Amino acid sequence: MHVGLEHYLIVSALLFCLGLLGVVMRRNLLVIYMSLELMLNAANLALVAFSRFNSNLNGQVMVFFIITVAAAEVAVGLALIVALYRKRQTAHVEDLATMKL
Amino acid sequence: MHDLFFYLFAFLTLLCGFLVVANPFSRNPVTSAMFLVLTIVSMAGLFVLLHAFFLAAVQILVYAGAVIVLFLFVLMMLDLKDERRRKINRFGIIAGAISVGAVGLIFLKAIIATKPGTRLAAPTVEGATKALGQILFTDYLLPFEILSVLLLVAMVGVILLSKKDLK
Repeated sequence: MHVGLEHYLIVSALLFCLGLLGVVMRRNLLVIYMSLELMLNAANLALVAFSRFNSNLNGQVMVFFIITVAAAEVAVGLALIVALYRKRQTAHVEDLATMKL
Repeated sequence: MHDLFFYLFAFLTLLCGFLVVANPFSRNPVTSAMFLVLTIVSMAGLFVLLHAFFLAAVQILVYAGAVIVLFLFVLMMLDLKDERRRKINRFGIIAGAISVGAVGLIFLKAIIATKPGTRLAAPTVEGATKALGQILFTDYLLPFEILSVLLLVAMVGVILLSKKDLK
């Protein structure tokens, strides 16, 4: 069977589901963060596939922006996690159930 | 040939993505980070199959080169030993299964509703790097400049957050 747009969309949907599963199921902050990256990547794959099959480059520009923003977001998020770890000595979400530091 | 490579890269992406989230052999976050690298690289292969060569290069440079190094750096610094002793609680598995099932059902319905049997228009964008650069520096010049300011803001914020005496 010839590979078309729907094949890429199915892969993207499955990858997004995997990322969501990781965010809900895992209890380590860093692994949750990696699962968030998986979800962003799934969205990127869908955008690139749409861009290719509609002969429109705007989708690829959007993916470029998403990758850059994701890099900035990872830097800030990891700095927050490190600051939290310094205060509380844990990176496990069940130990971080209160809003008070 | 294209189909063969598609199935290879898609299988690798999903397998490594699964091993990032739920590795049956190791709960170590470093293992997850390593499988995240493999996921990113095989996804760059999918980008090449979609003729997005520039994005494939950016994907490897930014994710495999910068983001994963940041993750590993933080993992080494925090030294999380107690993750292996903890059990995954049952509530997390149930909530995860329900939410993933619901979202997966929505995706499936959406893909079926677009009638995947009909043939899609043949892709015509070829070797798009030059055209991509032209669009980026004409139509999308303002967002591009705002993005550079965003990176500067992120850098300042991270330096402020990493100071020893965080107020």
